[in-house]
Formats: sequence, C-alpha cells, structure tokens
Amino acid sequence: MDKRAGLDPLQFRLNGRTVLIEVAPDARLSDVLRDDCGVKDVKVGCDAGDCGACTVLVDGAPVCACLTPARRVERQQIETLSGLVKNDSLTRKLAASFEAHGAAQCGICTPGMIVSASALLREVPEPTPDMVEDALGGVLCRCTGYRKIIDAVVSTHREPAPAPALTGPGHTGAAIPRVDGNAKVSGRERFGDDVAPPNALHLRIVRSPYHHARFTLGDIAGWATRIPGIETVLTARDIPGRNLFGVIPGFIDQPVFAESTCRFRGEAIAAIVGTAEAIAGLDLSGFPVTWTELPASLTPQEAQAPGASLLHDGHARNVMCGGFVSHGDASAGFDGADVTVAAEFSTAFVEHAYIEPEAGYARVADGRVEVFCCTQAPFMNLEGLMDILALPRSRIRIRPTGVGGGFGSKLDLTVQPYLALAALKTGRQVRMAYSRTESMQSSTKRHPSRISARIGADKDGTLRAMQFDGVFNTGAYASWGPTVANRVPIHASGPYRIPNYRAEAQGVYTNCPPAGAFRGFGVPQSAVAQESLLDMLADKLGMDRLDLRIQNALENGVPTVCGQVFDTGVGIRACLEALRPAWQAERQALAANRLPNGLLRGVGIGAGWYGCGNTSMPNPSTIKAGLTADGTLVLHQGAVDIGQGSNTVITQIFARAFGVPTASVRLLGGDTDFTPDAGKTSASRQTFVSGNAAQRAGEGLRRQVLERVNASETAQISLEQGLIRVTDEDRTHDIVPAQLPTDEDGYVLQAEGYYDPPTAPLDKNGQGAPYAQFGYAAHLAVVEVDPAYGTSKVIRIVAAHDVGHAINPLLVEGQIEGGVAQGLGMALMEEYHPGRTENLHDYLIPTIGDVPPIETRIIEEPDAHGPYGAKGLGEHALIPTAPAILNAIADATGVRMTELPVTPARLRAKLRQAGHG
Amino acid sequence: MTAQYFMPTRLDEALGVLADRPASILAGGTDYYPARGRQPEPRDLLDISRVEGLRGIRALPDGNGWHIGAATTWSDIAAADLPSAFAGLQSAAREVGSRQIQNTGTVAGNLCNASPAADGVPPLLTLDAQVEIGRAGGTRRLALGEFITGVRQTALAPDEMVIALHIPSPADRAASAFHKLGARKYLVISITMTAALVSLDANGRIAAARVAVGACSPVAQRLHALEADVIGKRGDEITVTPDHLSCLSPITDMRADSAYRADVVAEQAKRVLQQAVAAHG
Repeated sequence: MDKRAGLDPLQFRLNGRTVLIEVAPDARLSDVLRDDCGVKDVKVGCDAGDCGACTVLVDGAPVCACLTPARRVERQQIETLSGLVKNDSLTRKLAASFEAHGAAQCGICTPGMIVSASALLREVPEPTPDMVEDALGGVLCRCTGYRKIIDAVVSTHREPAPAPALTGPGHTGAAIPRVDGNAKVSGRERFGDDVAPPNALHLRIVRSPYHHARFTLGDIAGWATRIPGIETVLTARDIPGRNLFGVIPGFIDQPVFAESTCRFRGEAIAAIVGTAEAIAGLDLSGFPVTWTELPASLTPQEAQAPGASLLHDGHARNVMCGGFVSHGDASAGFDGADVTVAAEFSTAFVEHAYIEPEAGYARVADGRVEVFCCTQAPFMNLEGLMDILALPRSRIRIRPTGVGGGFGSKLDLTVQPYLALAALKTGRQVRMAYSRTESMQSSTKRHPSRISARIGADKDGTLRAMQFDGVFNTGAYASWGPTVANRVPIHASGPYRIPNYRAEAQGVYTNCPPAGAFRGFGVPQSAVAQESLLDMLADKLGMDRLDLRIQNALENGVPTVCGQVFDTGVGIRACLEALRPAWQAERQALAANRLPNGLLRGVGIGAGWYGCGNTSMPNPSTIKAGLTADGTLVLHQGAVDIGQGSNTVITQIFARAFGVPTASVRLLGGDTDFTPDAGKTSASRQTFVSGNAAQRAGEGLRRQVLERVNASETAQISLEQGLIRVTDEDRTHDIVPAQLPTDEDGYVLQAEGYYDPPTAPLDKNGQGAPYAQFGYAAHLAVVEVDPAYGTSKVIRIVAAHDVGHAINPLLVEGQIEGGVAQGLGMALMEEYHPGRTENLHDYLIPTIGDVPPIETRIIEEPDAHGPYGAKGLGEHALIPTAPAILNAIADATGVRMTELPVTPARLRAKLRQAGHG
Repeated sequence: MTAQYFMPTRLDEALGVLADRPASILAGGTDYYPARGRQPEPRDLLDISRVEGLRGIRALPDGNGWHIGAATTWSDIAAADLPSAFAGLQSAAREVGSRQIQNTGTVAGNLCNASPAADGVPPLLTLDAQVEIGRAGGTRRLALGEFITGVRQTALAPDEMVIALHIPSPADRAASAFHKLGARKYLVISITMTAALVSLDANGRIAAARVAVGACSPVAQRLHALEADVIGKRGDEITVTPDHLSCLSPITDMRADSAYRADVVAEQAKRVLQQAVAAHG
C-alpha cells in the first residue's frame, strides 16, 4: 500500500517516456503535466471538467486531466496531443485533416478535440457524425461552430490523407489552410499561460465577493510575513501612475485596484505575489480586509430608481452616455403609415467564454518591463500601461502570445497591469492565469439590453418609419460601452431603407461586471428587435416575410439612416435572394408534412449589417515588410490573429500585392518592439483596414524591387536561393540582396503600408459617413420545437454573407460557422448572472451536439475601399442568427419570444399562455 | 503540504485509513476537484480506484441479484451486457457529463455527491438499489432512498465508505428507460429527469411499474401514486396528474423555475413510462 505516497516519487509513462517525479498529494494531473513535465499542449480552460481542453488519454481512455489526481496515474500510460502527433500515425492523419478542414481556429480546444477524436478513431476508424458528436461532446469550442471539426474527424480515414501543404500562389480567393495551423494541430502553439519560465513567481488577485461594498485593508504586511513564500502584496498604493484604465478617451474610469469601494463582484483589491507553492496553497479566508456590503443595482431599472446610489461622479441617473440618430421625421412617418407593429425586447448578459482564460507573464529586462500576454490589442495595452506605470512608451514592451479566443473581451487590460506592477516591484518574473471563475467574474460581457421599438409601413409593405429606444446595462465601468451606445442607433434600422427614423441608445452604469466589446457591439441585440418586428409586420400585412425584406433592402445609391450613400457594394439584396431557394423549399415542406410526437417545426429569416472599423473616428493600421540580405521576405503582421485568421488573410493580401506565393512569406507577430501598430482586432476591421495596409506594403515593396531593375509593372518576382529574380517579358534580372546595404532593421529593402478608412463625423442627428464600408448578411434557420417541454432544436442554418471578395473562402466559412454557434447560444441558452453562473456548467454555451449543419452562401459585391474589394466579416457572422432562430420559433409555434435567451422554461410558459397543452 | 495520498489495493487497507483519520474519498474525482476549486486540501486523500474487487458490474450467483462495485465507472455501466431492466441506468450512464466524465466518474460517487440532479439516482431507485457501506470491522446496507438524506448529505459516517450497490434481480423481461431534460445536448445538468421500470402482463398491460424523478426535490423521489395508478394500463392510456407528483418540491434555480419543472415532469414521466412499455416490443 502506498502509505505516504505524497513523499514518494510518482512514476508513469508520458508520451512514450518514463517520468519519475515528486508531486503534491492533491495535485491535478493537468498541473503536473504542464508545470512539472513541460507538456504545455495540455490546456486548462476551467479546472472543473466543463470544457475538456485538458483531455489526455490514460491507458487509452480520454479523461480530463484537471479532474485526475496526479498520483492516480502511477504506472499508467499518459498520451497527450504532442506525443500522439509524434508517435501515432493515426493522430498525424487526424491532425492533417483538422488543418485541411480549418477545424482549428484559435487552437485552444484543439488538443482536447484531437486527443478525444484519436481515442474514437482507434476504436472506430470510420465513425458517423453522431459518433463523433458523442465522442467530442465533452470538449467545448467557442470559435468553429464544431461543424468543421466533425468533418475533419469523419473524413480522416479517406485516402490519400488531405494535404494541408500550401501549393500554388495561395493568393486572395484561394481557400488555403491557415498558415499558422500546423502549430495548433500539433500542440506547439503557445498561449498566454504557456510561456512563463519555470521559476517565475505566481500572482493571485484578491477580489470583491460583493456586488457593491466598502472595504478597509488591515495589516497586510503582517499577514504576508506569516505565510512562507509570499514575496509581496500589491494594492492601489503600489501604482506609480494613474490607478485607472479604460479604452475610450473621456471614459477611463476603472481602477486597477479598488481603493475603498468595490462596484462589482470580482473587482480587484489586492494581488498576492509568491512562489508557485505559496500561491497554490493560498487560503484567502484570512486576508486582512473588512467589508461593508452596500445596496447594489444590478439592472438599469434599479440603477435609475429613486434613491439608487450613483456609481460615478458626473453621471446623473447613472447614465454613462447615449447615442442618437434621427433621419427624416419619425413621428410624421408613423402618422402616415398604414400599419404599425411595436414590441419590447430584452437580452441577457452574454459571456465571451473563450476557452483560454486570461493569462500571461511579465519580466523586467534592461530597465524595461515586458509583458507576454494573450491580447487583441497590443498597442492599446501598451498605452494603458504607460498611464498606470508612469513609464514612457520606450520602457514597455508587449509580446503577444497565441490567443485562445477573444471575441472582444481581450481588447481590455486584464492580467497585464498586475503582472507588470509585480515584475517591477519584485524585479522577478511573475506569471498568472485567471481561474475560470475570476475570468467570468471580472472580464467584460455583452451588454444586456431592454429595447422598445416600433416600425410603420404602407399597405404595400414599404417601410415608412421606425423608432428605437434601447437601454444597455454597461456594468460598473465604461469599457467599450460608449461604442455600443454609438453603434446601436446607426445599425438598429437593419440594412433597410427607412426614410423616417429615430433611434436612441443609452448605457447605464450598474453594479455588474463591465459590459464591453463582444462581437457586434450591441448590434446583435438591436437586430433581435428589428428583425422580429419585420416578421410581425409581414404577418400583419399578409406578406411573405422574405419578400418584405427584399422590397425594403438597401441598395446602391439609397441612403442609410445616417444619410450615407454607397455607390457600390451594398449586398443585402443578394444575400436575401440567396436564401430564397431554401426558404421556398422549407415552407413547402412545412405545409406538406406533419411531424411525429407533437413536434413543431418552423423556418425563420434574419438579416443584418455591420459597419467595419471605428465609428467616425481615425482607425489606422500600419503593416511593414522587408527583404533580408539572404532573400527572406518578412511580413510584420501586427493584426493579431485570435483564431479568425488574420495571419493568413493579411499574408494572402500582401503576397498578392507583392507578387509571390503566400507560402514564401515569413511572418513576424505583433511584438510592439518590432511590428508597427496594426490596430486592434475588433470591429471586423482587420481584413478591411490592415488588409489595405498590407496591400499597400506589398505594392510599395514590389515597386522598389521593380524600380531597382527598371522592370515594368507586369514583371514577375520570384524569391529563390538568396536571389530576387525579376522576369519582365523575356528579360530576367537577378537582384542579389546580400550585395545590398542593410538598414537598421536588417533589411535591404523595406516598405510600410498605412491605411485609415475614410469616414466623416456624425452631426447632432447622427447624419454623416460613420463607416467606409458595411458588410451584409442574412441567415435562415429551421427550428424544431417540442411544445410540451419548450425545448428548441436548430436543425439547419443557411447563411448568406456579402464579403465583397472572399480573401479565403475556407476562413470565411469558419467565421460564419463560429458566429452562428455564438448567435445560437445567445438565442437559446446563454445568460450570465453575477454570482450565480460563474462557471461553464451553470453558464451554458453550445456543445458539439447543439450546432446544426450550416450551409454558407458567399456573396461578393466588391467594396469600393476594401483590399481587392474585400469587406470585414467577424461580427456579421452572428448578428442575423438569433433573430432567424426567434423567427423560426414564432413560425413553428405562433408564439413570439421577446426575452432572450429562449430557455425551455421561458418558451414553455409562453406556449402555455397561448393555450398549448 | 501536510495531506497524504493513499491509494490502497485492498479494501481492508482502505477501511483502515478511514478508521485512522478523516479523509476525502476519491473514486473518480470528477466532483471532488470542482468542489474544491483553488482551496488547499486540508485532509488526507483516499483513492479507492485501485481497490481490488471494487470495479465492475456482475450478476451474483443463484439469482441473487446484481453487484455494482463502488469504483465502477459510468463507461463500465454503459459498455456492460445487461438485461433490459438496466436500459435506463445505461441510458443515464451515457448522459452523465461527457465521455471524459463517464470514463472516470463512478456510480457510487454520483450517490455520495448527493446532488439533487445526480443522473444515477432515479434509475437506481427504480432498480431498488441497496447501498453496501463498509467500515473497519463491519458492513451495513441501506436502501438507496435512505442513504441519501438531503442535498449533498448522505448517511455515511466519517469512517465509512460505499463498497457496492446491490440490485435485486429484476423481473424477467422488465424493461426500463431514462429521460433527461437539459438546455443543451452534452455536459448538461438536468432540469428534470425521470426513470421508469415496467413489467407487462400477457395482454401488454402494465403489471408492475417503478418511476423515479430527479432534480425536482432535495432527494430524487419514487412516484408511488403514479406507479399504483398505471397498473393495468397500456402505454397510450397513461396519464400523469398533479396528485401523482405531490411528493415533489421543485425549486427555482438558474436552469428553470419551479412551475416549469412541475409542469414538464408530468410529461416526462408519461413519456418515459411509454418508452419503457414500448421497449417490450
């Protein structure tokens, strides 16, 4: 018997080698594999068995390493992704299939997916999709929508193995596998928690357990000295600069550490820095803090009730700010309308739920602080730290790691200031990863909304007027709330011609976690209202719901509700028309068939639009490229790839502009020391804005090469064996870069491309040119409802998207499928409640069994400003999904759901009211 | 770190550990680590996964029923070749969490965790499971309904552990079913769940029935009134009335409100009974 096993070394086989190691008695296998054995391909997403990212094989069986006591695996065989890829040809084929199908986006769930699928394929070489779903049901993915993962596993057995290797030029329009995919499918990608050196100190944040509370700190130094291994404790007093951060000028309102009052549950008050052992064994129950709980406002209604306390000075009634658009004369429009429909809608807090919690590490080198972190916005992080640390730009360096999903929330500062402060104070390397709970408590969310909206039309279906009033719960701090307040009134019309329009949105402070950027910035919420009303209107008029939309769709030359007119590229009509075959077929099928067991089926349509880039504000990107003396072509690709594919898309654009195959470009990431600012990965701007910068960089570098040999613009450039060869009709010129002088960056030739989209300010009525381009989308959803249970199952999605020019159709599909899955979650199950759903088993996101087959229809209406006509896509992918699902539920049941998510309990209650037994 | 990790291979050693000290018992560990979170473990750990004879489901000789060892995983249950009376338990086994959870989580651990939403309890109640509890120097048995005493509470004393479950031999050709209602397909905690075990007479009418409901009361409940009322009925004659459900006390939580639970569990009980009837072919 293993009596004092805690003191005996543990022995097991790991990826074919024998490991002999001392571990703590209660250690989780996941921590031992990652930190003691250095097997970083085992990912920790929840530490609770809820996400499956840590899946490993123990004696061949997939288990969650986070739930497995390390000591249990004594004399057992452990296999992880990196070992399987090395030792098992089946896994290698599977990994290649993942790469070829685009089944890995950010890559954080990929180890769990491939390890689980390897176990399945060993037993069943040719599984059905259902078997794949059962086998992978325990691994959550937030990026892909799962369908490409199912395809990848099902088709692994097919010979020959799919070849992800890049052949041909791979320029824009080519559905090439992502250029950074191999690292993701083989376990080599390094994310925020994978990069710290083994001896780094650890950091743990002390957070408010109350939504709203005053506090006083006691004898922290005395407390800390009683705990071995504590190096220091940081509080607001340790901040050399300004104890505030934020993202919008004028709204920098969030303290790094609260000073005497916490405004939301999970707000930081202190950070404890110590050895790994000290932090792992830390019991915070004795931390010297005295709390006085205060009344909290968790909704705008509560925050605006008489007597509610104000969260921030200067914000009467807790109003953070508002946005407003007025076009034509709304009240006159309603007066003249034949038919009016109106309703109120509400949507919930939605958590980003990327599988990678916020993580990173910091060190001080040569008097500079370097922060390694998963981020969507390295330069914004840097600027935020300058204020907090009171350091000049030259003394801060952000080194982005792989990002395991972002969706907007990793734009804001999270771990960065704590790590930087700790490294500066201790002089040591310091790391931290948020637990799932603190990630959910403290990171930004999608704004809950309450919307009141009204639409009026003529008898023939022509839209006459719309009024929209939205109140958005922005939480305790502003974050990107002002962006939401501004964007919503611009977008709430949907992609339709509405001559008389008045829309107002207001952000209200509450004692909730900050609501910020989340894929769509408020537009998914407003689309729920507007697209639901269009169906109600069509029904009231007795019109076909698709025809009504097409009749009113925006077109080239027709003004938006901001009075903006696009001469080209308005693709919403084409998107809607692309749904017509499925719409007609589904409606005929519904009429013809009755479903067994009392199930009800319905089909619904939703449409959407989204302006790419910042709203009427400068939004530049710079992309730089150079040729080295040995002829290597280097692209400084600062448009952070959070899984959406900018590493690939930007490279394809650059390669086409320069005129060489995409495979011959070497990428350098977004290190702020080496790569210029390509702006934040947000607002569907990278393909559009950074893509333009990349095109300009490619064209600029190409010009330099051609000028050097006086070649014509049509000449071919090729890079071969240290030569730059220029073939101009029948003449060939060789440039030998080794013979050229190098510049301070080490390049013999270099070029920068800069692009800032042309927008114009909005006037007091919101009239102007807020965006240089919009992208357009329309989705069709088929939903089956079990009326006795109130459950809804989405069984088909058709998604038509106008992307201008599909730079990479495979990645376009990936964005759409992932967006659909998030829209489905928002519609049917996602609802965050502070203090009540702070984990991934009480907060539900769709699993592999919840996302139906998705048929993508790519529409290409070239944009006047996009690179090769391309438009952004990231946000557009989810905006129409929830409305389409709601409309399908209404179609199936006759019941209009206006409160999201449509949980079984909510739908069943409405169905009972409507007389369903 | 003062805690120790014990991983005995013999039952008497395991019971000896418990006799000597308070210890946290780890079977699968799937509930242990999530409950602990980042808190340090002050107690010693007793891992029973390698105790000989504690894993697996087998028929006892001479028709003396079935034995499920305390370290039997859900995957073991799902993969076993069992009579149709166990179909409900096997269905529950395939709906517990995920494949990963089923590969480590155990049937006995599911009972000891004593969640009102434990997927294993309703089907085991319909199987009339008895819980065999061991301590150094003796064992005792409790009916499952007596073993779980409340939310996260059991009749286990600190020096005791579950050794096995005993299932009396089900009636020949008894058939069972299990339905779980959740807001997504996998990795989901039940809103309501119901298990049924049914025997039919020669005319295809219900001769005996057991029905149990989980997630609608602090401890899963048998629906005795419903069981009595369905005797003599065909599947399509089954109706479930509020009186049948009076032993339930559903709560409102993040997953659903109490009214919803009370409403849908009637439908669920009807459907699961009908499926168990239909399983007789």
